[in-house]
Amino acid sequence: MPRIAPSIEDALAAVTDGCVLAVAREVSGVAMAATCALVRRETRNLHLIALPTSSMQADLLIGAGCVTALETSAVSLGEFGPAPRFAAAVIAGALRMRDATCPALHAAFQAGERGEPFAPLRGLIGSDILKYRIDWKVIDNPFAADDPIVLVPAIRPDVALFHAPMADRAGNVWIGRQRELATMAHAAEKTVVTVERIHPGDLLADPVLAAGTLPGFYIDAIALAERGAWPLPLPDHYPADQEHLAEYARLAATPDGFARYLERYVHASRAA
Amino acid sequence: MQAAPPEDSCRDEELLACVIRGLIGDARHVAVGNASPIPAAAALLARAEGQGRPYVSLLQSRKHNFFTDGGRELFDCAGRGRVDVFFLSGAQIDGQGNINLVAIGDPARPQVRFPGSFGSAFLYYVVPKVILFRTEHSRRTLVAKVDFISAPGTSAPNVYRPGGPVALITNRCVFLFDKDKGRFRLASVHPGHSAAEIAEHTGFAYDAPETVGVTPKPSVQSLRLLRGAVAGELAEVYPQFTAQVFGRRHGSAS
Repeated sequence: MPRIAPSIEDALAAVTDGCVLAVAREVSGVAMAATCALVRRETRNLHLIALPTSSMQADLLIGAGCVTALETSAVSLGEFGPAPRFAAAVIAGALRMRDATCPALHAAFQAGERGEPFAPLRGLIGSDILKYRIDWKVIDNPFAADDPIVLVPAIRPDVALFHAPMADRAGNVWIGRQRELATMAHAAEKTVVTVERIHPGDLLADPVLAAGTLPGFYIDAIALAERGAWPLPLPDHYPADQEHLAEYARLAATPDGFARYLERYVHASRAA
Repeated sequence: MQAAPPEDSCRDEELLACVIRGLIGDARHVAVGNASPIPAAAALLARAEGQGRPYVSLLQSRKHNFFTDGGRELFDCAGRGRVDVFFLSGAQIDGQGNINLVAIGDPARPQVRFPGSFGSAFLYYVVPKVILFRTEHSRRTLVAKVDFISAPGTSAPNVYRPGGPVALITNRCVFLFDKDKGRFRLASVHPGHSAAEIAEHTGFAYDAPETVGVTPKPSVQSLRLLRGAVAGELAEVYPQFTAQVFGRRHGSAS
């Protein structure tokens, strides 16, 4: 049974230097408070995999020097523009980049959760994404003549990390309709979750809640983090902090500005 | 807040939305990705005119989005043939319909890095009508050959490809894509623009008729719907765009 950790830092023990860390897209629930804790802890050499895209979380981790390899379909700050630390790291050659496309990542995690070695996927043939992905293969569909199809290897990350609305004392986590969070947890070796609050009852006892619940069976550590997705949104709970994201985009545009951002908002919150 | 524009004039965004609405035609399901307010307006206009048909999925929206099976559902839907129309853009688009969402220069050490390909390398192949959309029509964006192919405009005959580009809409004109030739044909220029101007600002070769027509202006009925019901729905997802183009805010009375 997963324990409710006394702190976010305790819950993050599984995220070790050099591990393969899977993170969620912005609309699913991004563990931003935990991400700041990883930066403060000076986590290094992460192999980050976004399912299937990332925004400020990847940019922050890359800018802070926590990431050496990145697999994603995109990193963008959305209406706040390009992700500046991500772009700068790629241009500097400081990041081992594996460009993907969204359904390839979904398929690879689904293969991972089933314990299968790979997943087939349409599309991709003739793209430069495929050209640069030497780990992806093209085979002939064994069930039809002259029908090439791409295979992507399964993804089984060391740790999946995300933020969710609530967990109960037994470690069950309510994810609602954000089903890819379940896929992430099923595929990962370990799963770390931060939650807004502790649900007083048993999430699996109520059939309405149970349908949106990820059982504690798949989860290794939970920490309470109120507004733990801030400044990103937690859908159906709170919107993005537009002003803060605009400030991040402005500061992160330069290395000095990014350092000021870290000082002001990431390192300062340790003392707070 | 600005006054509503008169019904005999329209803004560029309204013209483009109505052109796209025409290209959508009759469809069951139109999906719109991120950062696409004009295609979203076109899809919502199609739904308003079709009294509920097509289904419209705005991926950024809570309200205009029926998916309950996570991020994969859109792609599963499309792979199964259940998305009829989608929209893509590119930092670069070339004359063969190839799009680049990744980088300028050598992708390993690029001069400029863009966010990435998102779902394009799948959706471009399986959605029957992909409408390309780029509001900066210049030799910088419409190029002879893209630096990185996020997704190709056409595929070899043996590659599974029920989908692909049908048109490219810019701030200056409408190109239609000829799938057999694998190249664009100039279909119309927007009011106030000329065929010579298109040639000057387009970096790729394309076909053109001897005389090029002018993109038709939206009907009064379409403009009314766009400025009324559609603007109200669009404000949830694109508040700044809606305020700027339609002079109204989320929640304001129609």
